[in-house]
Amino acid sequence: MRRRGGDRDIMPSARSAPRRPGTTEDPLRTRSLAALAAVAALTLAGCGGGTDGAAPAATGTAPTGSGGPALTGTLTVFAAASLTDVFGDLGDRLEADNPDLDVQFNFAGSSALATQLTQGAPADVFASANREQMTVVTDAGLQAAEPSVFTENVLEIAVPAGNPGEVTGLADFADPDLTLAVCAADVPCGAAATAVFADAGITAQPDTEEEDVKAALTKVQLGEVDAALVYATDVQAAGADVEGIPFPEAEQEINPYPVCVLSGAPNPAAAQAFVDLVRSSAGQQALTKAGFRAPTS
Amino acid sequence: MRRARGSGVPLPLLVPAALGVLFLVLPLLGLVVRAPWSTIGPQLAEAEVGQALRLSLVSATLATAVSLLLGVPLAWVLARARIRGRSVLRALVTVPLVLPPVVGGVALFLVIGRTGILGRPLYEHLGVTVPFTTTAVVIAETFVAMPFLVISVEGALRAADARFEDAAATLGADRWTTFRRVTLPLVAPGIAAGAVLCWARALGEFGATITFAGNFPGTTQTMPLAVYLALQNDPDAAIVLSLVLLAVSLATLLLLRDRWLGRTVTA
Repeated sequence: MRRRGGDRDIMPSARSAPRRPGTTEDPLRTRSLAALAAVAALTLAGCGGGTDGAAPAATGTAPTGSGGPALTGTLTVFAAASLTDVFGDLGDRLEADNPDLDVQFNFAGSSALATQLTQGAPADVFASANREQMTVVTDAGLQAAEPSVFTENVLEIAVPAGNPGEVTGLADFADPDLTLAVCAADVPCGAAATAVFADAGITAQPDTEEEDVKAALTKVQLGEVDAALVYATDVQAAGADVEGIPFPEAEQEINPYPVCVLSGAPNPAAAQAFVDLVRSSAGQQALTKAGFRAPTS
Repeated sequence: MRRARGSGVPLPLLVPAALGVLFLVLPLLGLVVRAPWSTIGPQLAEAEVGQALRLSLVSATLATAVSLLLGVPLAWVLARARIRGRSVLRALVTVPLVLPPVVGGVALFLVIGRTGILGRPLYEHLGVTVPFTTTAVVIAETFVAMPFLVISVEGALRAADARFEDAAATLGADRWTTFRRVTLPLVAPGIAAGAVLCWARALGEFGATITFAGNFPGTTQTMPLAVYLALQNDPDAAIVLSLVLLAVSLATLLLLRDRWLGRTVTA
Protein backbone atom coordinates (compact mmCIF):
# COMPACT_ATOMS: atom_id res chain seq x y z
CA MET A 1 0.00 0.00 0.00
CA ARG A 2 1.19 3.46 -0.69
CA ARG A 3 0.81 5.80 2.15
CA ARG A 4 1.24 9.45 2.27
CA GLY A 5 1.13 11.77 5.13
CA GLY A 6 4.32 12.28 7.13
CA ASP A 7 4.65 15.89 7.99
CA ARG A 8 8.34 15.97 8.55
CA ASP A 9 10.59 17.55 6.00
CA ILE A 10 12.72 14.87 4.52
CA MET A 11 16.27 15.45 3.50
CA PRO A 12 16.85 17.20 0.23
CA SER A 13 16.93 14.57 -2.42
CA ALA A 14 18.71 14.46 -5.69
CA ARG A 15 17.15 16.34 -8.50
CA SER A 16 14.82 14.39 -10.63
CA ALA A 17 14.33 11.87 -7.88
CA PRO A 18 11.78 9.20 -8.66
CA ARG A 19 8.44 9.43 -6.99
CA ARG A 20 8.73 8.72 -3.36
CA PRO A 21 5.91 7.08 -1.56
CA GLY A 22 5.79 7.49 2.14
CA THR A 23 6.98 10.86 3.11
CA THR A 24 4.78 13.79 2.96
CA GLU A 25 4.72 17.05 4.66
CA ASP A 26 1.96 19.32 5.64
CA PRO A 27 3.77 22.12 7.30
CA LEU A 28 0.72 23.86 8.48
CA ARG A 29 1.50 26.64 10.81
CA THR A 30 -0.58 28.85 12.91
CA ARG A 31 -1.70 31.72 10.88
CA SER A 32 -3.96 34.62 11.28
CA LEU A 33 -7.12 35.53 9.51
CA ALA A 34 -5.15 38.23 7.78
CA ALA A 35 -3.04 35.57 6.17
CA LEU A 36 -6.17 33.80 5.05
CA ALA A 37 -7.34 36.95 3.42
CA ALA A 38 -4.01 37.19 1.65
CA VAL A 39 -4.46 33.63 0.43
CA ALA A 40 -7.82 34.61 -0.96
CA ALA A 41 -6.27 37.49 -2.84
CA LEU A 42 -3.47 35.32 -4.20
CA THR A 43 -5.88 32.70 -5.38
CA LEU A 44 -7.64 35.18 -7.54
CA ALA A 45 -4.48 36.54 -9.10
CA GLY A 46 -2.62 33.34 -9.69
CA CYS A 47 0.11 32.56 -12.12
CA GLY A 48 -2.05 29.71 -13.35
CA GLY A 49 -4.13 32.16 -15.26
CA GLY A 50 -1.16 33.83 -16.80
CA THR A 51 -0.35 37.47 -16.49
CA ASP A 52 -3.73 38.71 -17.53
CA GLY A 53 -5.28 37.32 -14.36
CA ALA A 54 -7.91 35.31 -16.20
CA ALA A 55 -9.73 32.77 -14.08
CA PRO A 56 -7.40 29.81 -13.89
CA ALA A 57 -10.15 27.23 -14.11
CA ALA A 58 -10.93 28.59 -17.54
CA THR A 59 -8.01 26.70 -18.99
CA GLY A 60 -10.10 23.75 -17.96
CA THR A 61 -10.20 20.85 -20.30
CA ALA A 62 -7.17 21.58 -22.43
CA PRO A 63 -4.48 20.33 -20.08
CA THR A 64 -1.63 20.09 -22.54
CA GLY A 65 -1.04 23.77 -22.76
CA SER A 66 -2.12 26.65 -24.81
CA GLY A 67 -2.94 24.62 -27.87
CA GLY A 68 0.31 25.60 -29.49
CA PRO A 69 2.96 23.19 -30.70
CA ALA A 70 3.68 20.11 -28.63
CA LEU A 71 6.00 20.65 -25.68
CA THR A 72 9.55 19.34 -25.79
CA GLY A 73 12.59 19.11 -23.60
CA THR A 74 12.71 18.52 -19.89
CA LEU A 75 10.33 19.94 -17.30
CA THR A 76 11.58 20.01 -13.72
CA VAL A 77 8.98 20.29 -10.99
CA PHE A 78 9.89 20.82 -7.34
CA ALA A 79 6.90 19.74 -5.28
CA ALA A 80 5.96 19.03 -1.67
CA ALA A 81 6.18 15.36 -0.82
CA SER A 82 2.47 15.16 -0.06
CA LEU A 83 1.84 15.76 -3.76
CA THR A 84 3.91 12.76 -4.84
CA ASP A 85 1.11 10.57 -6.12
CA VAL A 86 -1.11 13.23 -7.64
CA PHE A 87 1.66 15.15 -9.39
CA GLY A 88 3.24 11.93 -10.57
CA ASP A 89 0.01 11.00 -12.32
CA LEU A 90 -0.38 14.48 -13.78
CA GLY A 91 3.21 14.36 -15.02
CA ASP A 92 2.51 11.05 -16.74
CA ARG A 93 -0.51 12.62 -18.38
CA LEU A 94 1.46 15.59 -19.65
CA GLU A 95 4.14 13.27 -21.02
CA ALA A 96 1.52 11.14 -22.74
CA ASP A 97 0.14 14.21 -24.48
CA ASN A 98 3.60 15.50 -25.36
CA PRO A 99 5.79 12.54 -26.35
CA ASP A 100 8.91 14.65 -26.62
CA LEU A 101 8.53 16.06 -23.13
CA ASP A 102 10.31 14.55 -20.13
CA VAL A 103 8.82 15.53 -16.77
CA GLN A 104 11.16 15.22 -13.80
CA PHE A 105 10.05 15.61 -10.20
CA ASN A 106 11.89 16.47 -7.04
CA PHE A 107 9.57 15.56 -4.20
CA ALA A 108 10.75 16.56 -0.74
CA GLY A 109 9.77 18.60 2.25
CA SER A 110 8.83 22.13 1.19
CA SER A 111 11.51 23.74 3.31
CA ALA A 112 14.18 21.51 1.80
CA LEU A 113 12.94 22.42 -1.67
CA ALA A 114 12.86 26.11 -0.89
CA THR A 115 16.43 25.88 0.35
CA GLN A 116 17.52 24.09 -2.81
CA LEU A 117 15.84 26.74 -4.98
CA THR A 118 17.37 29.67 -3.14
CA GLN A 119 20.73 27.90 -3.43
CA GLY A 120 20.35 27.96 -7.19
CA ALA A 121 18.85 24.60 -8.09
CA PRO A 122 17.45 24.90 -11.62
CA ALA A 123 13.72 24.18 -11.75
CA ASP A 124 10.65 25.21 -13.71
CA VAL A 125 7.84 24.89 -11.18
CA PHE A 126 7.64 25.02 -7.40
CA ALA A 127 4.61 23.71 -5.49
CA SER A 128 4.81 24.21 -1.74
CA ALA A 129 2.74 22.63 1.02
CA ASN A 130 2.55 25.94 2.85
CA ARG A 131 2.81 29.66 2.27
CA GLU A 132 5.88 30.10 4.45
CA GLN A 133 8.18 28.18 2.15
CA MET A 134 6.71 29.78 -0.98
CA THR A 135 7.47 33.11 0.64
CA VAL A 136 11.09 32.04 1.05
CA VAL A 137 11.23 31.57 -2.70
CA THR A 138 9.36 34.75 -3.64
CA ASP A 139 11.45 36.80 -1.18
CA ALA A 140 14.43 35.66 -3.21
CA GLY A 141 12.63 36.95 -6.32
CA LEU A 142 12.59 33.55 -8.01
CA GLN A 143 8.95 33.58 -9.15
CA ALA A 144 7.98 34.33 -12.75
CA ALA A 145 4.49 35.32 -11.63
CA GLU A 146 2.70 35.62 -8.32
CA PRO A 147 2.12 32.18 -6.76
CA SER A 148 -1.44 30.97 -6.62
CA VAL A 149 -3.10 28.55 -4.27
CA PHE A 150 -4.21 25.50 -6.23
CA THR A 151 -5.42 23.23 -3.45
CA GLU A 152 -5.93 22.93 0.31
CA ASN A 153 -5.44 20.35 2.98
CA VAL A 154 -7.38 20.42 6.24
CA LEU A 155 -7.22 18.52 9.49
CA GLU A 156 -9.58 15.62 9.93
CA ILE A 157 -10.33 13.24 12.78
CA ALA A 158 -9.14 9.73 11.94
CA VAL A 159 -10.82 6.85 13.74
CA PRO A 160 -10.38 3.09 13.35
CA ALA A 161 -12.92 1.41 11.06
CA GLY A 162 -16.22 1.13 12.92
CA ASN A 163 -15.35 4.03 15.20
CA PRO A 164 -15.12 1.99 18.43
CA GLY A 165 -14.74 5.10 20.57
CA GLU A 166 -17.91 6.62 19.08
CA VAL A 167 -16.09 9.84 18.31
CA THR A 168 -18.28 12.48 16.73
CA GLY A 169 -16.30 15.68 16.75
CA LEU A 170 -13.40 17.71 18.01
CA ALA A 171 -14.92 18.01 21.48
CA ASP A 172 -14.30 14.30 22.04
CA PHE A 173 -10.59 15.10 22.29
CA ALA A 174 -11.31 16.49 25.74
CA ASP A 175 -12.65 13.12 26.91
CA PRO A 176 -10.10 11.56 29.27
CA ASP A 177 -11.70 8.12 28.88
CA LEU A 178 -10.79 7.91 25.20
CA THR A 179 -7.33 6.93 23.99
CA LEU A 180 -6.27 9.80 21.75
CA ALA A 181 -3.29 10.73 19.63
CA VAL A 182 -2.27 14.14 18.35
CA CYS A 183 0.98 15.28 16.76
CA ALA A 184 3.57 16.86 19.04
CA ALA A 185 3.46 20.64 18.97
CA ASP A 186 7.00 20.68 17.59
CA VAL A 187 5.90 19.25 14.25
CA PRO A 188 3.61 21.03 11.75
CA CYS A 189 0.51 18.88 12.22
CA GLY A 190 0.86 19.32 15.97
CA ALA A 191 1.12 23.08 15.63
CA ALA A 192 -2.08 23.03 13.58
CA ALA A 193 -3.81 20.80 16.13
CA THR A 194 -2.77 23.09 18.96
CA ALA A 195 -4.17 26.07 17.10
CA VAL A 196 -7.44 24.30 16.32
CA PHE A 197 -7.92 23.31 19.95
CA ALA A 198 -7.14 26.84 21.06
CA ASP A 199 -9.61 28.31 18.55
CA ALA A 200 -12.30 25.91 19.71
CA GLY A 201 -11.56 26.44 23.39
CA ILE A 202 -10.98 22.72 23.89
CA THR A 203 -8.47 21.37 26.38
CA ALA A 204 -7.28 18.24 24.64
CA GLN A 205 -6.47 15.16 26.70
CA PRO A 206 -4.21 13.18 24.37
CA ASP A 207 -2.51 10.00 25.53
CA THR A 208 0.36 10.47 23.16
CA GLU A 209 1.94 13.29 21.18
CA GLU A 210 3.23 11.63 18.06
CA GLU A 211 6.44 12.52 16.28
CA ASP A 212 4.70 12.92 12.94
CA VAL A 213 1.35 12.56 11.29
CA LYS A 214 2.15 9.11 9.92
CA ALA A 215 2.92 7.78 13.39
CA ALA A 216 -0.42 9.11 14.62
CA LEU A 217 -2.19 7.47 11.71
CA THR A 218 -0.43 4.14 12.32
CA LYS A 219 -1.87 4.02 15.81
CA VAL A 220 -5.35 4.48 14.36
CA GLN A 221 -4.72 1.76 11.78
CA LEU A 222 -3.63 -0.61 14.55
CA GLY A 223 -6.76 0.25 16.52
CA GLU A 224 -4.67 1.35 19.49
CA VAL A 225 -6.21 4.78 19.75
CA ASP A 226 -9.84 5.82 19.47
CA ALA A 227 -9.02 8.88 17.40
CA ALA A 228 -6.14 10.93 16.06
CA LEU A 229 -5.96 14.36 14.48
CA VAL A 230 -4.39 14.08 11.01
CA TYR A 231 -4.83 15.58 7.54
CA ALA A 232 -7.67 14.69 5.22
CA THR A 233 -5.16 13.38 2.65
CA ASP A 234 -3.74 11.01 5.27
CA VAL A 235 -7.20 9.59 5.96
CA GLN A 236 -7.77 9.17 2.24
CA ALA A 237 -4.45 7.38 1.76
CA ALA A 238 -4.96 5.07 4.74
CA GLY A 239 -7.68 3.09 3.02
CA ALA A 240 -10.33 0.95 4.65
CA ASP A 241 -8.76 0.65 8.11
CA VAL A 242 -9.41 4.28 8.85
CA GLU A 243 -12.51 6.45 8.77
CA GLY A 244 -12.35 10.22 8.55
CA ILE A 245 -14.56 12.62 10.43
CA PRO A 246 -14.40 16.18 9.12
CA PHE A 247 -15.07 18.84 11.72
CA PRO A 248 -16.04 22.48 11.26
CA GLU A 249 -13.29 23.86 13.50
CA ALA A 250 -10.72 22.68 10.94
CA GLU A 251 -11.73 25.65 8.77
CA GLN A 252 -9.76 27.88 11.12
CA GLU A 253 -6.51 26.17 10.18
CA ILE A 254 -6.56 25.58 6.44
CA ASN A 255 -3.29 24.56 4.85
CA PRO A 256 -3.04 26.18 1.40
CA TYR A 257 -0.72 24.85 -1.33
CA PRO A 258 0.68 27.61 -3.59
CA VAL A 259 2.33 26.91 -6.93
CA CYS A 260 4.22 29.08 -9.38
CA VAL A 261 6.42 29.06 -12.44
CA LEU A 262 9.97 30.08 -11.57
CA SER A 263 11.72 33.04 -13.20
CA GLY A 264 14.76 31.04 -14.20
CA ALA A 265 12.65 28.25 -15.71
CA PRO A 266 14.63 26.51 -18.48
CA ASN A 267 11.31 25.39 -19.98
CA PRO A 268 8.73 28.09 -19.27
CA ALA A 269 6.17 26.82 -21.80
CA ALA A 270 6.06 23.36 -20.27
CA ALA A 271 6.08 24.92 -16.80
CA GLN A 272 3.00 26.97 -17.57
CA ALA A 273 1.34 23.93 -19.15
CA PHE A 274 1.93 21.92 -15.98
CA VAL A 275 0.56 24.65 -13.73
CA ASP A 276 -2.46 24.95 -16.03
CA LEU A 277 -2.94 21.19 -15.83
CA VAL A 278 -2.84 21.26 -12.04
CA ARG A 279 -5.45 23.98 -12.02
CA SER A 280 -7.59 22.36 -14.69
CA SER A 281 -10.68 20.36 -13.78
CA ALA A 282 -8.74 17.15 -14.44
CA GLY A 283 -6.00 18.24 -12.08
CA GLN A 284 -8.47 19.33 -9.45
CA GLN A 285 -10.27 16.00 -9.74
CA ALA A 286 -7.02 14.11 -9.12
CA LEU A 287 -6.33 16.27 -6.09
CA THR A 288 -9.84 15.78 -4.71
CA LYS A 289 -9.50 12.04 -5.12
CA ALA A 290 -6.37 12.14 -2.97
CA GLY A 291 -8.20 13.98 -0.20
CA PHE A 292 -7.21 17.52 -1.10
CA ARG A 293 -9.92 20.04 -1.74
CA ALA A 294 -10.44 22.98 -4.03
CA PRO A 295 -9.28 26.34 -2.69
CA THR A 296 -12.17 27.82 -0.75
CA SER A 297 -11.42 31.39 -1.55
CA MET B 1 53.59 -13.71 28.76
CA ARG B 2 56.03 -11.08 27.62
CA ARG B 3 55.16 -7.44 27.52
CA ALA B 4 56.38 -4.73 25.21
CA ARG B 5 57.90 -1.64 26.72
CA GLY B 6 56.25 1.75 27.10
CA SER B 7 52.50 1.68 26.81
CA GLY B 8 52.68 -1.98 25.98
CA VAL B 9 50.66 -1.55 22.84
CA PRO B 10 52.27 -2.76 19.61
CA LEU B 11 52.13 -0.26 16.77
CA PRO B 12 49.90 -2.39 14.48
CA LEU B 13 47.32 -2.29 17.27
CA LEU B 14 47.92 1.25 18.42
CA VAL B 15 47.14 2.95 15.11
CA PRO B 16 43.77 1.32 14.42
CA ALA B 17 42.88 1.61 18.10
CA ALA B 18 43.58 5.33 18.02
CA LEU B 19 41.53 5.70 14.85
CA GLY B 20 38.73 3.78 16.56
CA VAL B 21 38.81 6.15 19.50
CA LEU B 22 38.71 9.15 17.19
CA PHE B 23 35.81 7.70 15.24
CA LEU B 24 33.79 7.08 18.37
CA VAL B 25 34.69 10.20 20.29
CA LEU B 26 34.70 12.92 17.61
CA PRO B 27 30.89 13.00 17.26
CA LEU B 28 30.61 13.52 21.00
CA LEU B 29 33.16 16.29 20.72
CA GLY B 30 31.00 17.81 17.99
CA LEU B 31 28.04 17.92 20.36
CA VAL B 32 30.13 19.58 23.03
CA VAL B 33 31.59 22.14 20.66
CA ARG B 34 28.24 23.03 19.09
CA ALA B 35 26.34 23.19 22.37
CA PRO B 36 24.76 26.60 23.02
CA TRP B 37 26.67 27.12 26.27
CA SER B 38 25.29 30.62 26.81
CA THR B 39 21.69 29.45 27.06
CA ILE B 40 22.31 26.04 28.56
CA GLY B 41 21.26 27.10 32.06
CA PRO B 42 17.68 28.16 31.26
CA GLN B 43 17.22 25.22 28.93
CA LEU B 44 18.23 22.77 31.62
CA ALA B 45 15.89 24.42 34.08
CA GLU B 46 12.84 23.57 32.00
CA ALA B 47 10.55 21.22 33.84
CA GLU B 48 10.27 18.79 30.96
CA VAL B 49 14.00 18.09 30.98
CA GLY B 50 14.05 16.88 34.58
CA GLN B 51 10.86 14.96 33.98
CA ALA B 52 12.24 13.19 30.92
CA LEU B 53 15.57 12.46 32.60
CA ARG B 54 13.91 10.99 35.68
CA LEU B 55 11.62 8.87 33.55
CA SER B 56 14.57 7.66 31.48
CA LEU B 57 16.63 6.64 34.51
CA VAL B 58 13.71 4.94 36.27
CA SER B 59 12.48 3.04 33.23
CA ALA B 60 15.98 1.96 32.14
CA THR B 61 16.71 0.71 35.65
CA LEU B 62 13.43 -1.16 35.85
CA ALA B 63 14.04 -2.66 32.41
CA THR B 64 17.47 -3.82 33.59
CA ALA B 65 15.96 -5.36 36.73
CA VAL B 66 13.40 -7.28 34.69
CA SER B 67 16.12 -8.33 32.26
CA LEU B 68 18.28 -9.66 35.13
CA LEU B 69 15.34 -11.56 36.59
CA LEU B 70 14.47 -13.25 33.32
CA GLY B 71 17.69 -12.99 31.36
CA VAL B 72 20.15 -14.70 33.72
CA PRO B 73 18.09 -17.90 33.98
CA LEU B 74 17.55 -17.77 30.24
CA ALA B 75 21.29 -17.43 29.65
CA TRP B 76 21.88 -20.43 31.93
CA VAL B 77 19.42 -22.49 29.92
CA LEU B 78 21.13 -21.48 26.69
CA ALA B 79 24.58 -22.28 28.02
CA ARG B 80 24.02 -25.34 30.20
CA ALA B 81 20.70 -27.05 29.68
CA ARG B 82 20.66 -30.17 27.55
CA ILE B 83 17.60 -29.41 25.48
CA ARG B 84 16.90 -29.89 21.83
CA GLY B 85 16.77 -26.90 19.53
CA ARG B 86 18.96 -24.78 21.77
CA SER B 87 20.58 -22.93 18.88
CA VAL B 88 17.19 -22.15 17.43
CA LEU B 89 16.10 -20.87 20.82
CA ARG B 90 19.20 -18.72 21.04
CA ALA B 91 18.59 -17.26 17.61
CA LEU B 92 14.98 -16.53 18.54
CA VAL B 93 15.68 -14.70 21.77
CA THR B 94 18.30 -12.54 20.13
CA VAL B 95 15.94 -11.44 17.37
CA PRO B 96 15.37 -8.04 19.02
CA LEU B 97 19.06 -7.33 18.40
CA VAL B 98 18.55 -7.31 14.66
CA LEU B 99 14.93 -6.21 14.54
CA PRO B 100 14.48 -2.51 13.79
CA PRO B 101 13.15 -1.16 17.11
CA VAL B 102 10.14 0.42 15.41
CA VAL B 103 9.14 -3.02 14.17
CA GLY B 104 9.62 -4.27 17.70
CA GLY B 105 7.19 -1.60 18.86
CA VAL B 106 4.60 -2.66 16.31
CA ALA B 107 5.11 -6.30 17.30
CA LEU B 108 4.47 -5.39 20.92
CA PHE B 109 1.24 -3.71 19.84
CA LEU B 110 0.16 -6.87 18.11
CA VAL B 111 0.64 -8.87 21.30
CA ILE B 112 -0.18 -6.57 24.21
CA GLY B 113 -1.81 -3.68 22.42
CA ARG B 114 -5.46 -3.00 22.94
CA THR B 115 -6.34 -5.19 19.97
CA GLY B 116 -3.40 -7.58 20.50
CA ILE B 117 -3.43 -11.31 21.12
CA LEU B 118 -3.04 -10.94 24.89
CA GLY B 119 -3.97 -7.30 25.08
CA ARG B 120 -7.53 -7.69 23.84
CA PRO B 121 -8.72 -10.02 26.64
CA LEU B 122 -6.88 -7.84 29.15
CA TYR B 123 -8.72 -4.81 27.86
CA GLU B 124 -12.12 -6.41 27.43
CA HIS B 125 -12.27 -8.28 30.73
CA LEU B 126 -10.15 -6.21 33.07
CA GLY B 127 -10.20 -2.84 31.36
CA VAL B 128 -6.40 -2.76 31.40
CA THR B 129 -4.51 -1.15 28.54
CA VAL B 130 -0.74 -1.26 28.39
CA PRO B 131 0.24 1.11 25.54
CA PHE B 132 0.85 4.79 26.31
CA THR B 133 1.81 4.04 29.93
CA THR B 134 5.14 4.04 31.76
CA THR B 135 4.76 0.26 31.97
CA ALA B 136 4.79 0.23 28.18
CA VAL B 137 8.08 2.17 28.23
CA VAL B 138 9.64 -0.45 30.52
CA ILE B 139 8.30 -3.28 28.36
CA ALA B 140 9.61 -1.72 25.16
CA GLU B 141 13.03 -1.09 26.69
CA THR B 142 13.22 -4.59 28.16
CA PHE B 143 12.30 -6.11 24.82
CA VAL B 144 15.11 -4.30 23.08
CA ALA B 145 17.76 -4.43 25.82
CA MET B 146 17.43 -7.87 27.41
CA PRO B 147 19.18 -9.77 24.58
CA PHE B 148 22.35 -7.78 25.31
CA LEU B 149 22.32 -9.14 28.85
CA VAL B 150 21.49 -12.67 27.76
CA ILE B 151 24.34 -12.75 25.24
CA SER B 152 26.84 -11.39 27.77
CA VAL B 153 25.85 -13.78 30.53
CA GLU B 154 25.74 -16.76 28.22
CA GLY B 155 29.23 -15.93 27.00
CA ALA B 156 30.45 -15.69 30.60
CA LEU B 157 28.82 -19.01 31.46
CA ARG B 158 30.46 -20.73 28.53
CA ALA B 159 33.84 -19.28 29.44
CA ALA B 160 33.47 -20.24 33.10
CA ASP B 161 35.25 -23.40 34.18
CA ALA B 162 32.59 -26.07 34.49
CA ARG B 163 34.84 -28.15 36.72
CA PHE B 164 33.92 -25.97 39.69
CA GLU B 165 30.32 -26.90 39.16
CA ASP B 166 31.23 -30.55 38.75
CA ALA B 167 33.20 -30.40 41.99
CA ALA B 168 30.22 -28.86 43.77
CA ALA B 169 28.04 -31.63 42.42
CA THR B 170 30.42 -34.35 43.62
CA LEU B 171 30.33 -32.74 47.05
CA GLY B 172 26.58 -33.23 47.12
CA ALA B 173 25.21 -29.85 46.02
CA ASP B 174 22.07 -30.03 43.91
CA ARG B 175 21.91 -28.05 40.69
CA TRP B 176 20.09 -25.08 42.20
CA THR B 177 22.56 -24.82 45.06
CA THR B 178 25.42 -25.15 42.59
CA PHE B 179 23.93 -22.36 40.50
CA ARG B 180 23.51 -20.07 43.49
CA ARG B 181 26.73 -20.77 45.33
CA VAL B 182 29.16 -21.57 42.55
CA THR B 183 27.97 -20.51 39.11
CA LEU B 184 26.53 -17.12 40.01
CA PRO B 185 29.66 -15.84 41.81
CA LEU B 186 31.78 -17.25 39.02
CA VAL B 187 30.01 -15.30 36.30
CA ALA B 188 29.18 -12.20 38.37
CA PRO B 189 31.47 -9.99 36.28
CA GLY B 190 29.75 -11.18 33.14
CA ILE B 191 26.36 -10.49 34.66
CA ALA B 192 27.50 -7.03 35.72
CA ALA B 193 28.86 -6.26 32.27
CA GLY B 194 25.66 -7.51 30.70
CA ALA B 195 23.54 -5.45 33.06
CA VAL B 196 25.50 -2.31 32.24
CA LEU B 197 25.16 -2.95 28.53
CA CYS B 198 21.45 -3.62 28.96
CA TRP B 199 20.96 -0.47 31.02
CA ALA B 200 22.80 1.68 28.50
CA ARG B 201 20.78 0.25 25.63
CA ALA B 202 17.54 0.80 27.52
CA LEU B 203 18.51 4.37 28.35
CA GLY B 204 19.05 5.21 24.70
CA GLU B 205 16.02 3.29 23.42
CA PHE B 206 13.91 5.29 20.98
CA GLY B 207 12.11 3.38 18.24
CA ALA B 208 10.23 0.74 20.18
CA THR B 209 9.39 3.22 22.91
CA ILE B 210 7.92 5.94 20.71
CA THR B 211 5.97 3.34 18.77
CA PHE B 212 4.58 1.23 21.59
CA ALA B 213 4.49 3.71 24.47
CA GLY B 214 3.85 6.86 22.50
CA ASN B 215 5.17 10.21 23.61
CA PHE B 216 3.66 12.12 26.48
CA PRO B 217 5.64 14.34 28.86
CA GLY B 218 5.91 12.83 32.31
CA THR B 219 4.39 9.49 31.36
CA THR B 220 6.23 8.13 28.37
CA GLN B 221 8.52 10.87 27.07
CA THR B 222 12.04 9.63 27.79
CA MET B 223 15.15 11.64 26.97
CA PRO B 224 15.71 10.17 23.50
CA LEU B 225 12.13 11.06 22.58
CA ALA B 226 12.54 14.57 23.95
CA VAL B 227 15.76 14.92 21.94
CA TYR B 228 14.11 13.77 18.75
CA LEU B 229 11.18 16.14 19.07
CA ALA B 230 13.39 19.05 20.05
CA LEU B 231 15.38 18.38 16.89
CA GLN B 232 12.28 19.18 14.82
CA ASN B 233 12.45 22.89 15.41
CA ASP B 234 15.04 23.66 18.07
CA PRO B 235 18.34 21.88 17.32
CA ASP B 236 20.08 23.76 20.14
CA ALA B 237 17.71 22.32 22.69
CA ALA B 238 18.24 18.88 21.21
CA ILE B 239 22.00 19.23 21.67
CA VAL B 240 21.56 20.31 25.27
CA LEU B 241 19.29 17.35 25.99
CA SER B 242 21.71 14.97 24.30
CA LEU B 243 24.56 16.28 26.41
CA VAL B 244 22.55 15.78 29.57
CA LEU B 245 21.78 12.20 28.62
CA LEU B 246 25.43 11.62 27.71
CA ALA B 247 26.77 13.12 30.92
CA VAL B 248 24.41 11.13 33.11
CA SER B 249 25.03 7.84 31.34
CA LEU B 250 28.80 8.33 31.25
CA ALA B 251 28.89 9.22 34.93
CA THR B 252 26.81 6.20 35.82
CA LEU B 253 28.89 3.82 33.75
CA LEU B 254 32.21 5.15 35.07
CA LEU B 255 30.99 4.94 38.62
CA LEU B 256 29.74 1.40 38.18
CA ARG B 257 32.90 0.30 36.46
CA ASP B 258 35.11 1.55 39.25
CA ARG B 259 32.95 0.41 42.07
CA TRP B 260 31.78 -2.88 40.90
CA LEU B 261 32.85 -4.10 37.55
CA GLY B 262 36.54 -3.12 37.70
CA ARG B 263 37.20 -4.85 41.00
CA THR B 264 35.46 -8.09 40.20
CA VAL B 265 37.00 -8.34 36.78
CA THR B 266 40.53 -8.25 38.15
CA ALA B 267 39.65 -10.54 41.03
